[in-house]
Amino acid sequence: MIEGIWTLIGDDLPALQIAVPLLAATLCILVRRPMAAWSVAMVVAWSSFANAGVLLHRVLTTGTISYAEGGWPVPWGIELRIDLLNALVLLVVTGICAIVLLAAPRSIKAEIPRDKQYLFYATYLLCMTGLAGMTITGDAFNIFVFLEISSLSSYALISQGSTRRALTSAIQYLVMGTIGGTFILLGIGMLYMVTGTLNIVDLADQLALVGPNRTVLVAAACIAVGVGIKLAVFPLHIWLPNAYTYAPAIVTAFIAATSTKVAYYVLIRFAYSIFRINLTFDGTQPSAILMMLGIAAMFLGSLVAIFQDDIKRMLAYSSVAQIGYMVLGLSFANEYGLTGGLVHVFNHAVMKCGLFLVLACVLLRMRSTRLSAFEGLGRRMPLTFAAFVLGGLSLVGVPLTVGFVSKWYLVLGALEAGLWPVAVLILMSSILALVYIWRVVEVGYFKAPPEGADEITEAPVSMLLPTWILIGSTLVFGVWTSLSAGVASAAARMLIGGGS
Amino acid sequence: MISHHIPRVLSKLLIPLIMLFALYVQFHGDYGPGGGFQAGVIFGAGIILYALLFGLDQAKEVFRPRALEFFMAAGVLLYGGVGIAAIFAGGNFLAYSALAHDPTHGQHLGILLVELGVGTTVAAVMATIFFQFAGRGRTDD
Amino acid sequence: MIEWGLYNYWVVIFLMMTGLYVVIARGNLIKKIIGLNIFQVSVIMFYVSMGKVKGGTAPIEAAGFEVYSNPLPHVLMLTAIVVGVATTALALALVVRIKEAYGTIEEDEIRQIESNEDAS
Repeated sequence: MIEGIWTLIGDDLPALQIAVPLLAATLCILVRRPMAAWSVAMVVAWSSFANAGVLLHRVLTTGTISYAEGGWPVPWGIELRIDLLNALVLLVVTGICAIVLLAAPRSIKAEIPRDKQYLFYATYLLCMTGLAGMTITGDAFNIFVFLEISSLSSYALISQGSTRRALTSAIQYLVMGTIGGTFILLGIGMLYMVTGTLNIVDLADQLALVGPNRTVLVAAACIAVGVGIKLAVFPLHIWLPNAYTYAPAIVTAFIAATSTKVAYYVLIRFAYSIFRINLTFDGTQPSAILMMLGIAAMFLGSLVAIFQDDIKRMLAYSSVAQIGYMVLGLSFANEYGLTGGLVHVFNHAVMKCGLFLVLACVLLRMRSTRLSAFEGLGRRMPLTFAAFVLGGLSLVGVPLTVGFVSKWYLVLGALEAGLWPVAVLILMSSILALVYIWRVVEVGYFKAPPEGADEITEAPVSMLLPTWILIGSTLVFGVWTSLSAGVASAAARMLIGGGS
Repeated sequence: MISHHIPRVLSKLLIPLIMLFALYVQFHGDYGPGGGFQAGVIFGAGIILYALLFGLDQAKEVFRPRALEFFMAAGVLLYGGVGIAAIFAGGNFLAYSALAHDPTHGQHLGILLVELGVGTTVAAVMATIFFQFAGRGRTDD
Repeated sequence: MIEWGLYNYWVVIFLMMTGLYVVIARGNLIKKIIGLNIFQVSVIMFYVSMGKVKGGTAPIEAAGFEVYSNPLPHVLMLTAIVVGVATTALALALVVRIKEAYGTIEEDEIRQIESNEDAS
């Protein structure tokens, strides 16, 4: 019977990647008890992760997967198109989703009332549906639809934070995110007006025939701004620090590692697969602008992070800086730069999620994430704090960690583009990261816990396990890079070479 | 307290007509303007009109919040179920042509069922949103 | 210089800029949500007006008509309208809870309360 089912659904795995979490979200609503909803979510998240692994393997062995939804042939119907680029991003998204869910029950017990917890899991699965759909679809309007699904669920998730600031952060993110989504919609509309098609591959072909056209230029600008808001590139990042700081700890871990990465993927997809031939994205004006924004993000993000008292906020500004690295990699427009950006998608997701899970553990035990809560934590919660130190070393870019792999490719990209001052800037910003990580390490290991502090124990195993899975991955994938860097460089080669 | 007699009597005539119109819009989506979302909103508007005129507590007794939550989930499950049924019938996801003995009938059946799912979910969601908003910070009426 | 045949684009731009102005310049959260709605409606107008075919009737099959407007933008905009409704509902729910938590829905007053909280 298993054989029978496999022959039936084996070809439909891309569609099931989106459909199963969506249906599971409704199942979570029907089963109202928190642990039952969590079990449904766990089964679905881990099977989606396995599905993503199978799809990546298929892409690596047999090439790009194309799946026609509804049976309608490709340019007319909606296509799900998985190549090396999406397969890597899909693996990251589903993996983070599955691993964070391990820590969810203990962590949300303190932040979300018991009778609403099943809704939390349903919204979490909806967010995962949106992100997975955005990653694997081959239709431009479908990207917008899934973008809005994931955005709306993330606004709802962020507003569940325990303080009232979560509400204002959520509405600020909502206003900015909706403006971004509407700009993307406008850009897609202009592209449809010029070419008459919405399918990404067909758009690329038709745009090549259209030639230089002001509408296409305006469409590119609208889409760049819209995606930039979701990606939180430097001047459009204002929603990010508040949203990450005041959301529930698990939600921050999940969203920090996935939503900006998928926005980055959408930017690459539009730049390379759609606009490429029409606008020759090869190192002219868009590159220069992106490069300046990336460098500004790197420095300003890290500088502001150094002065933060709330460690969650510090890591949020650090994320702004890391997004600057990714954008910088894209702006080099050569193979090493693009590889650096893509491998940083994988590496940053793993690093940041691990660090935010550490903060979730600290929040659970200490009920605060201010710097003062970290005093003496090296002795009181040794495993948790060791995870923070390792994650921090990865942020700095110490060799043998994933952070080093990303910085290596970025520096190579800068040198290949003939921009050695930028390479120097990349190394200098790592020193800033060292400063803000050292602040926390110093307080944790070298300061005594305050007088009369409560006896606290180590974080529970259900939260330590996913933390160490991720932090361990920062070491494992820092040495064994064939999955992350291998696939990333193959994807970069494919994009630069003009294939799809 | 303002007397609601006249609107209440009128609504007893109108609310059933509103709901009937919602069903008309639902099933004529193939041949005219209409479809799931529009019908769901009209049906939801009928429920909201009832709640406005007869009071939130009575409306909640007629349209129980737990039942509305069930219908919200059931509509999406119906939609997804049609997609999965298409997979088990041999086609791709949401390939309605595979659902019946001949592609045209399959398309017709598929669209009808998914629109029904959409309409159910939207009506339940509209009513739930209203009940949630209206139920906050209430003092005696 | 002004192409009167392209008046639909002028309407779209006017609505879009009005919506954006309201979002940025008004401090009341409800007004911001209204501005957001106006902005989304402008893009809906853009798509629907783009789909009109000269001499074409509404994209519903009827006897006696040969030329129909393009139905695809209408279908896409159904989705966009639903997205707009969902966003508005979510935003209004957040505003209700902000009012309960802060006692005000003016953005500058909320900021004042938050900075007082930070200072203490």
